[in-house]
Amino acid sequence: MKIQVTFWKGVFLVIMALGLYSTYVRYFRGLGAISNMTDQFPWGFWIGFDCLCGVMLAAGGFCIVGAVYLFNVERLHSIVRPAVLTAFLGYLLFIVGLLFDLGRPWYIWHQLIYMNPHSVMFEVGMCVMTYTTVLFFEFLPNVFERFNLQAPIKWIKEIYPVLIVVGILLSTLHQSSLGSLYLIMPTKLHPFWYSPALPFFFFGSAVAVGLAMTIFESTQSSRALGRQLELPVLVTLGGALLVALWVNALLRFEDFWHRGLLGQIVKPSYEAYFLWAELLMAFVIPITLLSFKKVRLSPNGLYWASVISLLGFITNRLNVGIIGFETYVGHHYLPKWTEFSVTLMIIAMGFALFGVAVKYLPIFPDEEHAVEPLVREERVRIDAVPALVEHAGD
Amino acid sequence: MSKALLYDATMCIGCKQCEQACATQNKLPYDDAVAAEPVQSEHKFTVVLTKDDKFMRRLCMHCEKPACASVCPVGALHKTKEGPVVYDVWKCIGCRYCMVACAFGQPKYEWQSLNPCVRKCIMCPDRIVAGKQTACAEICPTGATKFGDRDDLVKEAQERIRLNPSTYVPRIYGLNEVGGTCVLILSSVNPEKYGYPSATKLGETPMPEYTGRVMERIPDFIPVWSLVLGGIYWISHRRDEVAAVEAEERKKKNGSSR
Repeated sequence: MKIQVTFWKGVFLVIMALGLYSTYVRYFRGLGAISNMTDQFPWGFWIGFDCLCGVMLAAGGFCIVGAVYLFNVERLHSIVRPAVLTAFLGYLLFIVGLLFDLGRPWYIWHQLIYMNPHSVMFEVGMCVMTYTTVLFFEFLPNVFERFNLQAPIKWIKEIYPVLIVVGILLSTLHQSSLGSLYLIMPTKLHPFWYSPALPFFFFGSAVAVGLAMTIFESTQSSRALGRQLELPVLVTLGGALLVALWVNALLRFEDFWHRGLLGQIVKPSYEAYFLWAELLMAFVIPITLLSFKKVRLSPNGLYWASVISLLGFITNRLNVGIIGFETYVGHHYLPKWTEFSVTLMIIAMGFALFGVAVKYLPIFPDEEHAVEPLVREERVRIDAVPALVEHAGD
Repeated sequence: MSKALLYDATMCIGCKQCEQACATQNKLPYDDAVAAEPVQSEHKFTVVLTKDDKFMRRLCMHCEKPACASVCPVGALHKTKEGPVVYDVWKCIGCRYCMVACAFGQPKYEWQSLNPCVRKCIMCPDRIVAGKQTACAEICPTGATKFGDRDDLVKEAQERIRLNPSTYVPRIYGLNEVGGTCVLILSSVNPEKYGYPSATKLGETPMPEYTGRVMERIPDFIPVWSLVLGGIYWISHRRDEVAAVEAEERKKKNGSSR
């Protein structure tokens, strides 16, 4: 077999090489050497992006599963598998990210024997473990079908209702608990982001992000795999996204109003700039775009509205995780390049795994006959790489 | 009865013997270079700060309701009945939530270590259990750091303020802050000047209550939300089943009438 070196393969290799170097630094030189975290900034980019954003971007799994199996939105059935796959990979990679961030990752299993039920972090940990297991079972039918194992498929079908209910329950707990983590820091986190309603915001935005992420990834995979875009699917998701964005925006407004911050948020300040960026991208622009029927019915319009809102919510998580602490700490925190490089490596692993899964498993079952001659397959694989960058969900 | 430390900044002469005794007690390096470091770190649990010829000590406050202990997922930090907030290193997974959660910024981290620990003043728990004072209180030549029962120390501090109202800021820092701490501070200038968090900002609510309000709902939330989700699932699928059966019957009827 001839191995073709393409631009994206090259990028992938560079990312992996730098990532491996950073991994070496992390485990043989310590957290101090690899990151710019300090006693004042004990949580950095890995918590802000890998954990908070990673879990948020994996929300598509529970959103689509909920829509299809709880509310019988049959139209979305064709995207359940990619959504579950994204969530499953997202959670696996989130755990990989944790292994970098935890100071003593080799004791991660202590969570199971020394339990402190008062700790939000304990709740987070338990949700990660159990929900990843649930996602694993939701993902398994792909493997069974691939090898044509009928009996286990039947077993999974038997427990599917339980998996669905437990999966959504755990997602609710997990998404909201990431917000609850910050409730104990009323004196540290800037009032723009510290709110007693943080758990609700984190859950609410996860639903919006889940929908936006699904639009984004459906568009990307259809481009990369040369599939026909299923417009009704995207239009349904876009409508739901508009509603979800409105609900989130109103909740946020209500919160600012209730806490008497409306005057403060319009005044220019370091935090205000970041808040404006967040609110503009998460709410103002995508809501405006989606309010036009023309945009709601166009794949391109839906795609861009989703991308912009995703960027907005990522800004939100980084604001909560990093920017909101800078005034309290008194100095800025900028991640070291090695911190970025680890995150990039994890994301790269994510899209590589997604590519492999899509290639070998019936994730897009309709398309199996579409993969025709070898030439075409090769083209597909090359194009798949850029498309899958964000698929990792982390 | 909970033990505590009363630090009276007006009596402190800045000799830093408490720093040295602390280092010895905790087997930490201590030399002139460390003595000159004006910040707490993983190798300096307590520090004597100087500003305008006045001194202020910083150390872990040993809160009555410690945030660090409440947030630790593996319970590596806990409050003992004698007062100290202690750390069981073998449980720690290194999530550093304690550091983020502590309103006083006390837990420090061994960033350079390959198997890092959280480090902070643990109020010499072994000495206290053995009936001794903390190392810093024992060595203090002027009695600026005094060890005793918290209730007694509070009374004494109030008495000192009453007798010398012109010397002191009329309050005991730590009496009610975040629900009370086991380090009490008397001073002639506000401790906030030395980097202590503002008492008004801290408030008197114990920090664990902020997350506790959410966490205590979870045992109720789980069954209720499961039932709701299960109910929705049942209803939407029941509708399908009924529709399927009806379609079947209609088919039969149509078939028989023909």
